[in-house]
Amino acid sequence: MARTANTEIADKRLLDGKDPEKIKQEMLRDYPPKIARKRAKQIVINKIGPDGTVPEIASNVRTIPGLIGQRGCCYAGCKGVVLGPTRDIINITHGPIGCGFYSWLTRRNQTDAGASPDGHNFMPYCFSTDMHEKEIVFGGEKKLKQAIQEAYDNFHPKAIAVFSTCPVGLIGDDVHAVSREMKEKLGINVFGFSCEGYKGVSQSAGHHIANNGIFTHVIGNDDTVREGEFKINLLGEYNIGGDAFEIERIFEKCGITLISTFSGNSSIDQFANAHTADLNLIMCHRSINYVAEMMEKKFGVPWIKVNFIGAQATAKSLRKIAGYFESPELAEKVEAVINEELPEIEKELTLIRPRTVGKRAMMFVGGSRAHHYQELFKELGMETLSAGYEFGHRDDYEGRRVLPDIHVDADSRNIEELEVGPDPDRFKPRKSAEELKQLAAKGLTFAEYEGMMSEMQAGSMVIDDLTQHEADKLIETFKPDIFCAGIKEKYAVQKHGIPMKQLHSYDYGGPYAGFKGAINFYRDIERMVNSKIWGFLKAPWEKNPELSANYVFDE
Amino acid sequence: MLLKHTTKEIKERTALTVNPAKTCQPIGAMYAALGIHGCLPHSHGSQGCYAYHRSSLTRHYKEPVMAATSAFTEGASVFGGQANLLQAIDNMFTVYKPDLIAVHTTCLSETIGDDIPQIVSKAVADGKVPAGKYVIHANTPSYVGSHVTGFSTMTKAMVDYFAEPGGKKNGTINIVPGYVEPSDMEEVKRICSTMGIEIILFPDTSKVLNGPLTGRFHMYPEGGVTVEALKKTGRSRGTVALGNIASSAAAFALDTKCKVPYKLLDLPIGLHGTDMFIDTLRQIAGVNVPDSLTFERGQMVDIISDMHQYFYGKKVGLVGDPDQLLALTKFLVSLDMRPIHIVTGTPAGKKFGAELREAVKDVPCDVNIQLGGDMFLFHQLVKNDPVDLLIGNTYVKYIAKDEDIPFIRHGFPIFDRIGHSYLPTVGYRGGIMLLEKILNALLDRKDRDATDITMELVM
Repeated sequence: MARTANTEIADKRLLDGKDPEKIKQEMLRDYPPKIARKRAKQIVINKIGPDGTVPEIASNVRTIPGLIGQRGCCYAGCKGVVLGPTRDIINITHGPIGCGFYSWLTRRNQTDAGASPDGHNFMPYCFSTDMHEKEIVFGGEKKLKQAIQEAYDNFHPKAIAVFSTCPVGLIGDDVHAVSREMKEKLGINVFGFSCEGYKGVSQSAGHHIANNGIFTHVIGNDDTVREGEFKINLLGEYNIGGDAFEIERIFEKCGITLISTFSGNSSIDQFANAHTADLNLIMCHRSINYVAEMMEKKFGVPWIKVNFIGAQATAKSLRKIAGYFESPELAEKVEAVINEELPEIEKELTLIRPRTVGKRAMMFVGGSRAHHYQELFKELGMETLSAGYEFGHRDDYEGRRVLPDIHVDADSRNIEELEVGPDPDRFKPRKSAEELKQLAAKGLTFAEYEGMMSEMQAGSMVIDDLTQHEADKLIETFKPDIFCAGIKEKYAVQKHGIPMKQLHSYDYGGPYAGFKGAINFYRDIERMVNSKIWGFLKAPWEKNPELSANYVFDE
Repeated sequence: MLLKHTTKEIKERTALTVNPAKTCQPIGAMYAALGIHGCLPHSHGSQGCYAYHRSSLTRHYKEPVMAATSAFTEGASVFGGQANLLQAIDNMFTVYKPDLIAVHTTCLSETIGDDIPQIVSKAVADGKVPAGKYVIHANTPSYVGSHVTGFSTMTKAMVDYFAEPGGKKNGTINIVPGYVEPSDMEEVKRICSTMGIEIILFPDTSKVLNGPLTGRFHMYPEGGVTVEALKKTGRSRGTVALGNIASSAAAFALDTKCKVPYKLLDLPIGLHGTDMFIDTLRQIAGVNVPDSLTFERGQMVDIISDMHQYFYGKKVGLVGDPDQLLALTKFLVSLDMRPIHIVTGTPAGKKFGAELREAVKDVPCDVNIQLGGDMFLFHQLVKNDPVDLLIGNTYVKYIAKDEDIPFIRHGFPIFDRIGHSYLPTVGYRGGIMLLEKILNALLDRKDRDATDITMELVM
């Protein structure tokens, strides 16, 4: 009896002085009962078991109609996120005009076209078949074919990709057949994606479809082995605000050769060659783990999870890479780089931390950022009270250990899982089973991701696919010092009088990755949580509305 | 170069749109619906649609844009979206408590053929629509028209659902402001109030998408036309519809349904556009124009005459929405400027084309008019026949930078500047602001190009 009571007390962690369970119940109270039951599984009060296990959270489940949330669609994940940041592919949206229009330059993927010999850069362009009623009724394949031809005639790209929007799937246009035909005709790589917006339950389905397509049509097309001793791919880094540039700078300093980045500051030529790298690093686990898994099966390239958000996390990730290559020279170089970069970080934190320490943050974004950015807030001495993903799966929250337990529902089953086996000629395990075991004994874990929750405080609120209603309740209840999410949430949060940091677009700042990026982030957050503007919301007459007497001017 | 692959040579394209000068209907419908007080717009499609529309409108206004979605899955796409919409209606009224929900369709739900009124009547029958609350709808398939026609269709839906026929006509005038900014709607109301005219402006996004920061978030901001006012539009003396493409459908519908006569005018952008608007109001309402408005007009004329030398003969390239293009073109011609490339992506029709050609008939050089064109073509036209000034949305800045041409932002979307939400371009005051913008762009360029010898202090 006594033991049970103690456990109960231990479990009753307060969050910022409040009972999170009670707050959860208050959030759910306003929902219709059926909806409340569903949301209850997606709102979890974090607990960390003795063996590191965390509670189960429902995620990657259907969005509830009418609740107002953050998620976008499959097309957005495929065209917008994964394929969009590659400068030398012409990405044609096959559909009515809107989808292409909205995904035109809005994700801030920077690219350095000067780095490609041909200088191709189609990212500032938007290509669409602009389907009209006629094509919806009679089919759009003819128009698509002609559009690919016109793209070729006008731009002479080396690759064209086609992205299906909702009606394309319904009317049955075969974008793959058209792509094959045009590939044959034009003699360049043309490939299609069935990434209709209604597929899956979020952008996540589109990431998976993009991974499959790029693996099938591009990776392995070029076997040229580039020079370099420590060859890696960086997966799930999209070069928002120049993040990839900063990571590239650090790699170069360390003598690490970057073969390709999926996909930021990237070129299709690099994708084609990616299988020649010796290690895959995963930044955003959610959007790109499929490519890593398939590359390992087909070519024998192992993968590790890294995080270049946060100065300490960056240092840790670099050490992991050095550990993998088992090269004393690389290890030495990495340490030298860390030692060179960290003093600047310390100097900055000495100035900034006193003004940020103890402040409280919340973040609801993406499939990895809500986890990674907690690192930066920790460095600022700030606590993350609540966090969640827009489109993460259980493994992103609870770690890959739960993968075997994840129930594959109808929505996920519709997204193809490619059958991949070792390439007869090119499969080459980079490390033997014995070597991998030894590395594991030294603490380097492969194909592993611990997820967000094991690194969060017990008692913190983990909320998947946050709704507007829940965001408002969180803000009203906790009045956090900063709230992080995306553009749709930005101004509603700020109307509450709370500064809001966009972690998709960085509010047009950044980079935030690596060492220099960390400093940019510290400065931005310090500016935001201490901005004078939040003290100006009331006019003098609103603060003191009572008129006690007539004001008399001195004679 | 940002757009380094854009060639001077123009090859005919029949299938590929590059850098569109329009977007899809649903976003226009969402924008219009935000102009009803207490309204929660609802996108009946997959969740990507509303995510994109909310993001775009938010970037443009830097304000909360609240809307919901039916969140179609593959199953809903096969079996129809009825279950999703029914659940959405229940959830919205239960959790977010709007006065009304304005449903617009998407390419997805239109291709499936969902019947919105039938689904809504089921929601009513199931008791999911609380007493005194409404669900209205507009059919806005993305493969027809553009964001402008989506706006027009949702505005017409306000008449179809709410305008009450019969009853005695009163002195009120309905104004359909067109697809313009909240600041413009505010200015139209100010002008009418100065003239002492009772109006019902619909939709009205002022005080919705240009609200204050007070420390309190309101799901339904102060502004927007009320349902009560919309009901009364059927008893007004007349309707003034500003901008044929965006506003005429609602005006026709009011005439047909409630016998409210209408007058179609250009957007009141520029001297003559505003003259026509105020003169029409004066005649319909039977009021005198107050001296204060005549005074504002005089100020505008004064500026044009003072600075005429800088306007005269300057070539302009414009890309944007049809109603804006027509009014702006007439304004530029009145300044003795030369609009020579005029491009819209909206399929605006032959009549519009003829009107636009009429507006430029006295421009003493070749004029390219492209209806259903795109910004890639616009850029090519500019490369072939350079201009002194570009007018268009934020995407035009890539052309302006590459070609090194002065540029002013006008239209949707403007993602990179503020001002459009707060400072109007309609009316005489709006005209003065527009003149100032044009002059700043031209004179900043003149200063930049001046040599040490030719630099002018006074201009």
